[in-house]
Amino acid sequence: MAQLTRRTTDLLKPFSAALSSTRLLTTTSTTPITVETSLPFTGHKIDPPSRSVETTPQELMNFFRDMALMRRMEIAADSLYKAKLIRGFCHLYDGQEAVSVGMEAAITKKDCIITAYRDHCIFLGRGGTLLECFAELMGRKDGCSKGKGGSMHFYKKDSGFYGGHGIVGAQIPLGCGLAFAQKYSKDENVTFAMYGDGAANQGQLFEALNMAALWDLPAILVCENNHYGMGTAEWRAAKSPAYYKRGDYVPGLKANGMDAFAVKQACKFAKEHALKNGPIILEMDTYRYHGHSMSDPGSTYRTRDEISGVRQERDPIERIRKLVLSHDLATEKELKDIEKEVRKEVDEAIAQAKESPMPDPSELFTNVHVKGFGVEAFGADRKELRAVLP
Amino acid sequence: MSADPKVFLMGEEVGEYQGAYKISKGLLEKYGPDRVVDTPITEAGFTGIGVGAAYYGLRPVIEFMTFNFSMQAIDHIINSAAKSNYMSAGQISVPIVFRGPNGAAAGVGAQHSQCYAAWYASCPGLKVLVPYSSEDARGLLKAAIRDPDPVVFLENELLYGESFPVSAETLDSSFCLPIGKAKIEREGKDVTITAFSKMVGYALQAADILAKEGISAEVINLRSIRPLDRSTINASVRKTNRLITVEEGFPQHGIGAEICASVLEDSFEYLDAPVERIAGADVPMPYAANLERISVPQVEDILQLTKVGRRLICKKTNEAE
Repeated sequence: MAQLTRRTTDLLKPFSAALSSTRLLTTTSTTPITVETSLPFTGHKIDPPSRSVETTPQELMNFFRDMALMRRMEIAADSLYKAKLIRGFCHLYDGQEAVSVGMEAAITKKDCIITAYRDHCIFLGRGGTLLECFAELMGRKDGCSKGKGGSMHFYKKDSGFYGGHGIVGAQIPLGCGLAFAQKYSKDENVTFAMYGDGAANQGQLFEALNMAALWDLPAILVCENNHYGMGTAEWRAAKSPAYYKRGDYVPGLKANGMDAFAVKQACKFAKEHALKNGPIILEMDTYRYHGHSMSDPGSTYRTRDEISGVRQERDPIERIRKLVLSHDLATEKELKDIEKEVRKEVDEAIAQAKESPMPDPSELFTNVHVKGFGVEAFGADRKELRAVLP
Repeated sequence: MSADPKVFLMGEEVGEYQGAYKISKGLLEKYGPDRVVDTPITEAGFTGIGVGAAYYGLRPVIEFMTFNFSMQAIDHIINSAAKSNYMSAGQISVPIVFRGPNGAAAGVGAQHSQCYAAWYASCPGLKVLVPYSSEDARGLLKAAIRDPDPVVFLENELLYGESFPVSAETLDSSFCLPIGKAKIEREGKDVTITAFSKMVGYALQAADILAKEGISAEVINLRSIRPLDRSTINASVRKTNRLITVEEGFPQHGIGAEICASVLEDSFEYLDAPVERIAGADVPMPYAANLERISVPQVEDILQLTKVGRRLICKKTNEAE
């Protein structure tokens, strides 16, 4: 991520700034810090891991910066949508950042992640750039899918991110398929198949889970329970909203999804389990500040008090801010400076994305196949012929 | 499977049962349970798993016991497989084959007799292949498995039991047929008959009978429904000036409808008579043997189109004599 390049530019700053940088640098060594998760884990047919999580000052600062970047990106996307630069669907992740960031801290890019349509921050976590994000959202050729996918179809195969899927629940069997392939190839890596509380009731989840358990696939099903499936609260959709228990014969673990360290611990635990024993379900108790998508105000099925309450008590970035301050890793001002930097980075990426042109009309016909045999493809007017790839 | 360790077969009863129609007989013993995978009866689940494995780079062959059950998994075939390469601008390719028997069998009733060629062939991103003979089956299936894109491979239960002569070339281990090319099974001058799968056999029988009446029919075995070999079809129609399309599936929005439209677009001036479509009856498949018989095209149905009083009069060969 951009994280590492920023560290080197810090080194080049003048002495006065270097003083604060120096303090960061001496404590940004890998001196271990132990952090307690905010809540204990609850296990289903498994002994939960310890609440004590090993971390380092560097990791804490990374968590803060990465989540601040994700938060800023989503808020900027909101404005771009209202300015009609982003069209169609736009599902924002603000509030849920800790799940992506905590997960990345526990795994490698050889492990796979697949998710549904609320994918912008997961993509960023996997190493995608802001430019690729914004350009894709605005349908420009520098987007990660060259403008042909849109908000719901971000991919980054080279770092194990398989999308980006619009059909609720479909990503779960696909994720189990990735795990199948990892096992077939003897890769010793795992797949995290992420889904929401709405998708948790899908039949194909149970079909895939059954096969994953039968065949001991290294699949980890991660339910990001933000308590609302679009406008339907979990208690109206699920007879049993204890999603970590829904696997029945498959063990489960519930963690506080607003606590990046709880997420990290849960994912680390799950990875070890999946490699030895097959599938496990993780439930991340999280929350989204925005509505389901930009066409949903998000306040008709929940109260504004609830939303602001969560923001006050459980915001993931605030939690890290308090940890950083209490461990004396940075001052309030330094953290605010990071947030300003992040805001600037996002603004620059947006400006660059706006400069990116729309895809050439000939791109309408590319990538339909990998191998097209020179077959004719027709446009809407049926007069223009375009040969598809030979 | 012997050429590429990434190829594996997954489906119901493909392993220990030796295949519901014995297509995968002996494969479990030869390649082991890691590569010949028996699944529970959960099409949506195992099709999704197959597509996910293809995303990762394996080359799955997913068997549907019949394509009627593919409807349970059709979201994965269309939205997860067919469209992925496009939506990801080439990042996620899906080298998967979905295969199994398609269309009517014998007395299996309405829910087990539908032909899905038209549904799958309308979807960009998919390739749809339909073998008729043993040569087709071998060459097209190998091409499908080697192909880097999702392929729907529509077999036919009743054809499984039929034998066909094969050349030594077909038996060679490297034999492969091109995708997107139809085969002219029988050359002719007076009328073109297009068909696929079991109907190719019926079209050939009809052509034999027509030959005795002095009408020379050209029979085209489509082999590839998507991409459709429009150039072979049009070249033939330009030669014969008359076209009959034959298919087993439902008539509305069927393969014949697409071929008819294509010929109208490309070869209108060459037609001496309107295009005729032969298709299954526009009803769910009945069980009673006599009703079933009149629900699918028979050889007589093709022949009666050429009788006097019908629009498609073909007398050219007679005139030549």
